[in-house]
Amino acid sequence: MSDELNLTPSQLDALREIGNVGAGNSATALSQIINRRIDMNVPKVALVPLDAVPDMVGGPDAIVVGVFLRVYGKAPGNILFLLPQKSAFYLVDTLMGRKHGQTQKLDFMDESALMEIGNILSGAYLNAFYTFTNLSMLPSIPALAMDMAGAILNVVLVQLGQMGDQALVIETEFLSEDDGISGHFFLVPDPGSLQTIISAVGVE
Amino acid sequence: MPELIKVGMADYKVGKAPDTIISYGLGSCIGISLYDPQAKVGGLLHIMLPDSKQARASDNPAKFADTGMPLLLRDVLALGAVRSRLVAKMAGGAQMFAFANATDIMRVGARNAEAVKSILNEMNIRLLAEDVGGTYGRTVSINLENGSYKVKTINKGEKEI
Repeated sequence: MSDELNLTPSQLDALREIGNVGAGNSATALSQIINRRIDMNVPKVALVPLDAVPDMVGGPDAIVVGVFLRVYGKAPGNILFLLPQKSAFYLVDTLMGRKHGQTQKLDFMDESALMEIGNILSGAYLNAFYTFTNLSMLPSIPALAMDMAGAILNVVLVQLGQMGDQALVIETEFLSEDDGISGHFFLVPDPGSLQTIISAVGVE
Repeated sequence: MPELIKVGMADYKVGKAPDTIISYGLGSCIGISLYDPQAKVGGLLHIMLPDSKQARASDNPAKFADTGMPLLLRDVLALGAVRSRLVAKMAGGAQMFAFANATDIMRVGARNAEAVKSILNEMNIRLLAEDVGGTYGRTVSINLENGSYKVKTINKGEKEI
């Protein structure tokens, strides 16, 4: 484990608070788009062994839709918005004004709509990040895949794997009021970014 | 009773017939099996990265092709496999998200596959079959009864290599 991953409890708290406001912004954005109340849990900020990350979203072979965005700026990292397949279909139904249960696979437009959601959530999240840290960051164009959770998470974990065996993840779970949609929003800072974020927050 | 032995990311397991070793949800990772068809002994290694020398921290040798392969080899031999009879199969190495300006890290799947091939070459172990590349995840398993290596995908069905 690299030494920069040793965080004090108050530093973890600070990261959790950033995650909380970021996710709050994102949840509000999502709620406005689909016109439903979105609940979220208190973000988990944790150092997780790399191989345990897929279990956070139902196991490595669970089918999920993942929207991936690279984060550019002073503290680069990755954003991954993961939805269980059923939730993704439900969200597409809602976005496209279809009857629930109608979407059974994703066409080009559906994918595009989900990527836009990922885009909006990331923008809202990174805005909050900026308010706290003054670190300006921009998301890349989103990419989407529907596949096994383990395979999709690979993309993020591989980069971290070069640095150590653990990932710092700031993770929030979203749930719509009718339980139709649940999603996991991951912000995974690059290993080098963590120090930048911590200093910007100014917590010992 | 045949058992199903699970291998996590950056890990490896060895076993004997009639057991099956399985690893779920590989993206750019690669699942490499070594198998001795006569002793019916084999193992499966799930690597994430090609080269430990390019990494800053490498606490876990099973994460890399160059350090994981010798471990897998050592343990299948310890379980009774004979080196000259060993054959290898591998699958994985996908690129899950296609970006126009794919960086090195995005192409890690292809680099993983190349690394495994050159290590097998050095070890003088024959690569019997492979199913690498593409843009989709795979669940892989090796049946130690007959050496059959199964690759399961979500949209491309299931095949045996």
